[in-house]
Amino acid sequence: MDTPATYVQIGFLVISVPNLILIAGMVVLFIAALVAPFPGHHLSEPGDDDVAE
Amino acid sequence: MSGQADTTWTGRARGALERRLPLDHLLPSRQPFFVGSWVYIFGVVAITALVWVIGSGVTLAFFGPGWWHVSDVGRFVNSVHFWAVQLFFVFVVLHLWGQYFMASWRDGRATTWIVGVVIFVAGLVTAFTGYVSQQNLDAQWIAINAKDGINATGAGSFFNVLDFGQMYGIHVMLLPILVTTLVALHVVQVRIRGVVRPIEPRARPTDGARPTDPAS
Repeated sequence: MDTPATYVQIGFLVISVPNLILIAGMVVLFIAALVAPFPGHHLSEPGDDDVAE
Repeated sequence: MSGQADTTWTGRARGALERRLPLDHLLPSRQPFFVGSWVYIFGVVAITALVWVIGSGVTLAFFGPGWWHVSDVGRFVNSVHFWAVQLFFVFVVLHLWGQYFMASWRDGRATTWIVGVVIFVAGLVTAFTGYVSQQNLDAQWIAINAKDGINATGAGSFFNVLDFGQMYGIHVMLLPILVTTLVALHVVQVRIRGVVRPIEPRARPTDGARPTDPAS
């Protein structure tokens, strides 16, 4: 914990490896959320309107 | 008051609330079919993380730095506070990505989007004032290095990062009230308008013509 993190430089971009891993994990989680099936038992049918006004 | 409009300010406010936010919109038992995706979970997880941030923060404020830096339980609660903040920002950003790519400011939801942006910025300032309120070398290092940047903006005269009392007061009182109020407003805004519909796919041409935009 007391040693500085390793940094990656790509052109003008400089980012620490822990931050790079975190962002990569977020991208993976985002893609997984898009493609993973969602268990829905309380959803209305297509065509229902949820707009209040 | 039967047959007559209630012209008192409380009556008008009640009428406006009943028209814009009926209870079945505020506490719905069903959601539209397109909400069946994990992408819609990110915002709720961010709110859950915020609950943990506030709970652990109240505990830290009650016992003080002599407790959160020294005792085992204090260090544990301090860590819960820190990691809940990390989770809050991770899921706020994931929520932001999801809403950005579905252009969720459509159909009269611009103010909902703007309030979300303000929550994000207010959260950043809250986190910053938290970092400089830790009462350790890390806090001193951050404050010393940040003061020049803050002073360069001209805000240093009334936002002094070297003033622990000011930073701590802002961190534990003003900004938590602001963020919590804005999050509540954000949720109510979503309930008033409902969740935005996904963007319709463009119609596939069968004769080689260019795809047509459903919005046009």
